[in-house]
Amino acid sequence: MTGTHSELPVAARVRQLEERVIAAGLATDAELDDVLARLYDGASPVNGARMVARAWADESYFRRLLADGNAAAGELGLGDPYGLGYRLKAVANTPQQHNLVVCTLCSCYPVSLLGPSPSWYKSLAYRSRAVRKPRAVLAEFGLELPAGTEIAVWDASAETRYLVVPARPAGTGEMPEDDLAALVTQRGLIGTAVV
Amino acid sequence: MSRVHDIGGQTGFGPVPMAEDGQPFHADWEARVFALNRVLGGRGVFTTDEFRDAIERIPAEEYLAAGYYERWLRALETLLAERGLA
Repeated sequence: MTGTHSELPVAARVRQLEERVIAAGLATDAELDDVLARLYDGASPVNGARMVARAWADESYFRRLLADGNAAAGELGLGDPYGLGYRLKAVANTPQQHNLVVCTLCSCYPVSLLGPSPSWYKSLAYRSRAVRKPRAVLAEFGLELPAGTEIAVWDASAETRYLVVPARPAGTGEMPEDDLAALVTQRGLIGTAVV
Repeated sequence: MSRVHDIGGQTGFGPVPMAEDGQPFHADWEARVFALNRVLGGRGVFTTDEFRDAIERIPAEEYLAAGYYERWLRALETLLAERGLA
């Protein structure tokens, strides 16, 4: 420990840390820039939306998605780009059950498929309350579910991360897959909205 | 005994802050911390669980006062110092 790190402004601490890491040969500027380029270019809820739209359009893919999320992501070329090695579990909304994802311990979340996580997902309020008062939390998001719909709350971890498959909206029977995908939002993929 | 990060079900944190600007980072240093985490993790300097553990070992008062990426920064400093790497 340097013993002084907490007294420096945070940006200066990061700069110092980065310089030490690069000097130690643990990272290069190019590698660090590449991580961010891939995040900005590749990590997007458009990816999760493509999986949902395919599931809506293809029952067989839907079954494979529920059975093995990682393999189903891989089928669309959306495998885990950072090699984080987590299990991806897809959970599907039905009239009987709505699914809501939280990470009470931290912020575990499939960034590549859902895009960078929104601030509220990482907030102490969401983390603490989603498991205790999910219906009240959903109401804050403007989502009022029928009283008869149960809410399943999934607590993500470093090892298992979740993707909610929203229910397919009525009247979309003839819609092409790309248009279906455009209906799916990041909140829909987390479960704080329906589609 | 649970540590400070284990807040599932706790009360008192108020309503969920909804403000969203769609930006993953709110300062350049946050982006650099994210990148350091990914590169060092990818190089096997620490596992995801070790990184989480380093966050979860932050003293309670500091944990609650720190922003999200400040906790990440503290964890990176801790892990690198413990390994004598940087």
